[in-house]
Amino acid sequence: MADAKVIPFDDDHRSRGSAASRRRGAAGRRQGAARPAGVGEVQPLPGTAAAREDDPVTGEDEPPRERAADGEGGDGGLERRIASGLAFLRRRLTGDYAVDDFGYDEELTDQVLMSLLRPMYEKYFRVEVKGVENIPSEGGALIVANHSGTVPVDGLMMQVAVHDHHPAGRHLRLLAADLVFVLPVVNELARKLGHTLACAEDAERLLAQGELVGVMPEGFKGIGKPFSERYKLQRFGRGGFVSTALRHGAPIVPCSIVGAEEIYPMIGNAKTLARLLGFPYFPLTPTFPWLGPLGAIPLPTKWTIQFGEPIPTDGYPPEAAEDPMLMFNLTDQVREQIQHSLYKLLVQRRSVFF
Amino acid sequence: MLVTGVARQLGGRFVRRIQRDPEVDRVVAVDAVRPEHHLGGADFVEADIRQPTIARVLAESGADTVVHLDVTGTPLGGGGRASLKETNVIGTMQLLGACQKSPNIRRLVVKSSTNVYGSASRDPAVFTESTPPKSLPSGGFAKDTVEVEGYVRGFARRRPDVAVCVLRFANILGPAADSPLASYFALPVLPTVFGYDPRLQFVHEDDVIDVLRIGAHEPRRGTLNSGTFNVAGDGVLLLSQCSRRLGRPTVPLLLPAVTWAGSLMRTLGMSDFSPEQIRLLTHGRVVATDQMRETLGFTPKYSTAETFADFVRSRGPGLLPPETVARAVDRIAALPVPGSGHVPAHGAD
Repeated sequence: MADAKVIPFDDDHRSRGSAASRRRGAAGRRQGAARPAGVGEVQPLPGTAAAREDDPVTGEDEPPRERAADGEGGDGGLERRIASGLAFLRRRLTGDYAVDDFGYDEELTDQVLMSLLRPMYEKYFRVEVKGVENIPSEGGALIVANHSGTVPVDGLMMQVAVHDHHPAGRHLRLLAADLVFVLPVVNELARKLGHTLACAEDAERLLAQGELVGVMPEGFKGIGKPFSERYKLQRFGRGGFVSTALRHGAPIVPCSIVGAEEIYPMIGNAKTLARLLGFPYFPLTPTFPWLGPLGAIPLPTKWTIQFGEPIPTDGYPPEAAEDPMLMFNLTDQVREQIQHSLYKLLVQRRSVFF
Repeated sequence: MLVTGVARQLGGRFVRRIQRDPEVDRVVAVDAVRPEHHLGGADFVEADIRQPTIARVLAESGADTVVHLDVTGTPLGGGGRASLKETNVIGTMQLLGACQKSPNIRRLVVKSSTNVYGSASRDPAVFTESTPPKSLPSGGFAKDTVEVEGYVRGFARRRPDVAVCVLRFANILGPAADSPLASYFALPVLPTVFGYDPRLQFVHEDDVIDVLRIGAHEPRRGTLNSGTFNVAGDGVLLLSQCSRRLGRPTVPLLLPAVTWAGSLMRTLGMSDFSPEQIRLLTHGRVVATDQMRETLGFTPKYSTAETFADFVRSRGPGLLPPETVARAVDRIAALPVPGSGHVPAHGAD
C-alpha cells in the first residue's frame, strides 16, 4: 500500500508539464488510491456484474473498468453512491451523528470537508508526500512543521496528506491560533475538522487520548514573514510543544513543507490596516489587494511535504519536562532537522511550479 | 439535614428522594416561598435565606448536613434579576455565616454551575476543575456562581472540620427542567450566532439528584466527596445537532445583532437572555468529568445525548420533527434515479 501511494508523484518526470499527461498521472494516482475501495464497491453487486458483461469494454484490462467505476459509469456504483449519500444526508439532517469533546466531526470531515480540500491538494498544489511511514501507526505523536504562506493552507494540506496517505488512516489533529476561534465560520469549520486551540491543556489531552497532534510552533511569525525570508525558520515559540511531548513520551515527527511559501508572496504588510482589523498582519502581495478577490487566488505552486525521522522523547525522566536546557536542546534539534530537510528539498526542487 | 431552595422542582425532588435514604433522620426544607409540590415527610420552614433568621432555623434544626440548592439562574415567581442575585449571593453569605456558628454541622453541599469557567474563544476546549477562566463572567448568574464559590472557599478555610462539596453542574435538562437553556430550547425558532456552532454538555435531573445524594452522605469506601467536581453527562452535542434532534429550525444572526436583541429583550423584560447565555451559545463549554468518576465515584446514568433525548421526548415535536425530515429524505431515495439506466437494464435482463 505504502509504495502505491508514492507512485503517482514519480511520473512527474515523464509528464514534462504537458496538461494531458499530467491529468493521466493524476488519474493513475487516484486509481492507485481508490482501487481497494472501488473493487469492494463494485464486486458484491450482482446487478453490476451482469451489466458489465453486456459492456464490451470492461473485463479486458484495468484502466477502463476503473474509469467506469470512478466516472459514475457503473450504474450500481452510482445508485449505491446516491443511497449512501442520502443516508448521510438523513443522518446529518436529523442530527444523528457524534462529535468528540473538541467538536471534531469525523464523519463530516471524511465525507465532505476532505473531499472539498482534495482537489486543491491533488490538482492545484500537486502535493508530493515523503516519509509518511515515519508517522507512528498508533499512540500519541506530535508532528512539528514549518509554517508559511500568509494564509494557513499548509496546515490543511498536511492534514489531507496524513489522512489520505497514512496506511493506518490516522487523523491529524491540528493546533490552531486563537484568531481562528474568534472568526465566525472559520472557527466552526476548524472545530469540525478536529482543530483545537494551541494551548498546553488541549495538546496534552489529545496526546493522552493517543491522537496524532500537529503543531506549527512558528505561529504568526512564520506565516506572516516577508517573501524575502522564505524558508528561514523563525523562532519556535517557547518550545512548549517539547515539554508537552515529553510529559507523554510522545515522539516528535519533524515535518518540512516546501511550496507553501510561494502561494502568496508577501511583499508588504499594511500594519495600520492590520491593527484596525485586529489581525497580526495584513498581507500585500503582487496581486492582493490590487486585483480584488481575483488577487486572493493562491499561485499554483508544486508542494512537497516530507515527514522526517521521529525524535523519541520517552527515554527522559519525568522531571525532564521542566528542564529548560533540555527543552532548548530538543527544540533546536527539531528546528534544525526541519530546516535541514527544507534546504535539501529546495535543492532537489526543479522549479517552483513544477 | 437542612435543604435550601426546595420550592423549585429540583429541590423538591431532592427532598423527597433523600428521605428514603436510611442515613437521614429528618429533613428540614427551607425556602422563602411555600412550594407548590409536596415535600414528602420533610418539615417545611418558610424562611428567607437572605435574612439572619436562617441562623436560628439552622440552630433549631440541629442539622449536621446542609445542602444549598438555592443558587439558580431563573427567578421563581415574580422576582427579577436583582432579587435573584440577592438570593444567590447574600443568601449564600447568610447561610455560610449560620453554618460558621453551628457546632453540629459536618457537611456542606453547594450546587454550583460550570458557568464559573465563563466561555471565550481563547479557552481550552475542555475545562478541568483547576482551569482558571480566561475571562471572568461580567455579570448575571455566572458571576453569582463565581462569588458564591468564593464565599464557600472562604468558609472551607475557616471551618476545616466541615466537608465541603461544590458540584459544578453542566446545563441541567430533563422533563421538569426550568433552566434558561430549557426555555431557550422551547422557542419555536432558535436564534443562533452566525458562524459558530457551540459544543454543549447536559446533565440529567435524575443524575443531579443522585450526585447530590453522594455529596450529602458519608463518602463510600475509596472515594472522597469533599472538593470541587464538574458534573456532566458523557459526550458533547453541537447546537446544530440539538436543533435538528429537537426539530426546531435555527435562525443564524450576526453576533452584534444577537447581543443587541438580547439586551433589548432584557430591557423590555420579555426574557432574561443574559450575555453569558449568548456567550455560551457562541463558544460553547465542555468540562472534564474525570474527578467526578474517579474521586467522587459517580457515573452518570444519562449521557449528554440521552439527556437531550429525554428532554426532547418531554417537550413534544417542533416545526421540523426529525422523523418528518427523515421521511422526506426517504421519499427522495425512493424516487427513480433519472439517467441512471439501471431500471431499463434490469428490464432487458
